[in-house]
Amino acid sequence: MGRYVARRLLQMIPVFIGSTLLVFSMMYALPGDPVRALAGEQTVDPAQIAAMKKDLGLDLPLWHQYWNYMVGLFQGDFGTQIASGRPVADIISEAFPITVRLTLFAFTFTVLVGISIGVFAGMKADTLRDRGLLILTLLLISVPSFVLGFLGQYFFAFQLGWVNPNVSGEANWNELFLPAVVLGSLSLAYVARLTRTSIAENLRSDYMRTAVAKGLPRRRIIGVHLMRNSMIPVVTFLGTDLGALMGGAVVTEGIFNVKGVGYNIFDALRHREGATVVGIVTLIVVVYLVSSLLVDLLYAVLDPRIRYA
Amino acid sequence: MPEALKDTVKDQPAEAPVAPRTDGKVGKPRSLWSDAWHDLRRNPLFVVSAVLILFLVTMAAFPQLFTSADPRYADLAKHYLQKPNWGHFFSEDWFGYDIQGRSIYARVVYGARASILVAIVVTGLVTVLGTLVGMLAGYFGGWIDTILSRVTDIFFAVPFMLGAMVVLTSFTERSIWVVILSLAFLGWTQIARVARGSVLTIKQADYVMAAKALGASTSRILLRHIMPNAIAPVIVVATIALGGYISAEATLSFLGIGLAEPAVSWGVDISSGQEQLRNAAFVLIIPSVMVSITVLAFIMLGDAVRNALDPKLR
Repeated sequence: MGRYVARRLLQMIPVFIGSTLLVFSMMYALPGDPVRALAGEQTVDPAQIAAMKKDLGLDLPLWHQYWNYMVGLFQGDFGTQIASGRPVADIISEAFPITVRLTLFAFTFTVLVGISIGVFAGMKADTLRDRGLLILTLLLISVPSFVLGFLGQYFFAFQLGWVNPNVSGEANWNELFLPAVVLGSLSLAYVARLTRTSIAENLRSDYMRTAVAKGLPRRRIIGVHLMRNSMIPVVTFLGTDLGALMGGAVVTEGIFNVKGVGYNIFDALRHREGATVVGIVTLIVVVYLVSSLLVDLLYAVLDPRIRYA
Repeated sequence: MPEALKDTVKDQPAEAPVAPRTDGKVGKPRSLWSDAWHDLRRNPLFVVSAVLILFLVTMAAFPQLFTSADPRYADLAKHYLQKPNWGHFFSEDWFGYDIQGRSIYARVVYGARASILVAIVVTGLVTVLGTLVGMLAGYFGGWIDTILSRVTDIFFAVPFMLGAMVVLTSFTERSIWVVILSLAFLGWTQIARVARGSVLTIKQADYVMAAKALGASTSRILLRHIMPNAIAPVIVVATIALGGYISAEATLSFLGIGLAEPAVSWGVDISSGQEQLRNAAFVLIIPSVMVSITVLAFIMLGDAVRNALDPKLR
């Protein structure tokens, strides 16, 4: 187990370096120039721009800039925004908790409601109830989340007046309810479908028949025997989904005006603030890598036949 | 895939390429493909989605068939935010007018082209690239597999939407081809993983061994023996992904980093409709419904194809 974790952590290193380098080089290939943008329409002495670039280390070749960035990162320094002079770490520590809250909220919603729908449908596969829920999930998949966001805003905020169309700066739990439901709806549909297929398949398996024949209580058969075996594909999906949810939060945050990571990325992209974009994407990549490692470890819990040597 | 899962997969009867089915005509064995086609034609899900897709593709290819109105012609004086006339089927004012007095019906018809073109071309590129990477990694193994799999991991770790945003902001002129290439650049990883997994199991098959023993060249083994047998799961994933790319194009255009005016696209219209959400919600809702119907059609098609190609569900 320990050796397996160590090996996985080592494998993470090239992926981490590769994906940050990918985002870093995309960001620095941008045609815009953050230093020149500071001056706006005014003409500036090219020597001045060159001097500023030298101060910021922007005149170095790409690999050198990347090296400097990485060295800084491991000392907890995410760089500084060029226009505002604020450390990126400040911005991240302000925005990240909001996005994490939104994502976790959406994730919990996905897990609870998605698995319940899936079990509910899968236990009675091919009945009217199952078909109805299947159509519901198809609809959820086919409506893009930003459309769902607008529709939610239109009905619940403008028509019914139940919620505020925009989320305040504090982003309290109750304000985040609608954005979280919108963000989680796509994953919810996938989780429900995966659970349904898996439950319906495992219901026919030999161990289920044995469990019933042994006269175990129904609650134990479903809660332990069936669920534990059916959750493997669902857990796989959920592991990669956490990172995707954080990425998708960018869109949801835009609709509901949440001042989270998405808002800052947008802002940074517009002003060519490379350090901010790379910093945030790096954190999301780390979240994704760690959650997929946790999922692989969860396999062993769910299925004792799996051993990690 | 963890070890235990592989065992359960192996326990299944090997993917029977010949399904001896007796329904009237006895004896004639069918290949996986003709058997799947046989199943598909009888699946109402497939028929409905195929008809819908045919309709949408016709709309994308020949928008003039559906409307004679110009999607860019704006008449502010008369038509500013005029409400839809639901009874006026297929006429210019069927869905009302947007804030600039342009016919929403005409825009919805002409917008189909951008969405469907993006989705189909991206899916095509992604399938070719992903299958190539996955097949090479799965078949050769060793250091080729290690390198290709790590590269796949790297691209997979970058969230799709965020990556597309970063790539697309680096272009000042965003034509439809820029959007297509950016989505394809980031989207191939899922197919590569599926193809690799599929090739890993097919590689062990007796007919591959036989071909090797007979001295068939590597390219012949890959193209004639492995690819036709490993491609089924790739096709399923690709059809479902197609719907996802339609939604991705709309999302990016909506964020203002995909297509932009004067391009006519559903995403662009949804984006301009959001400002009128409070007083004229139909400007946003009508193109949204079109996006949703199109995505739904492709997802249903993908579902039907999966049911037909997956022998486990028989």
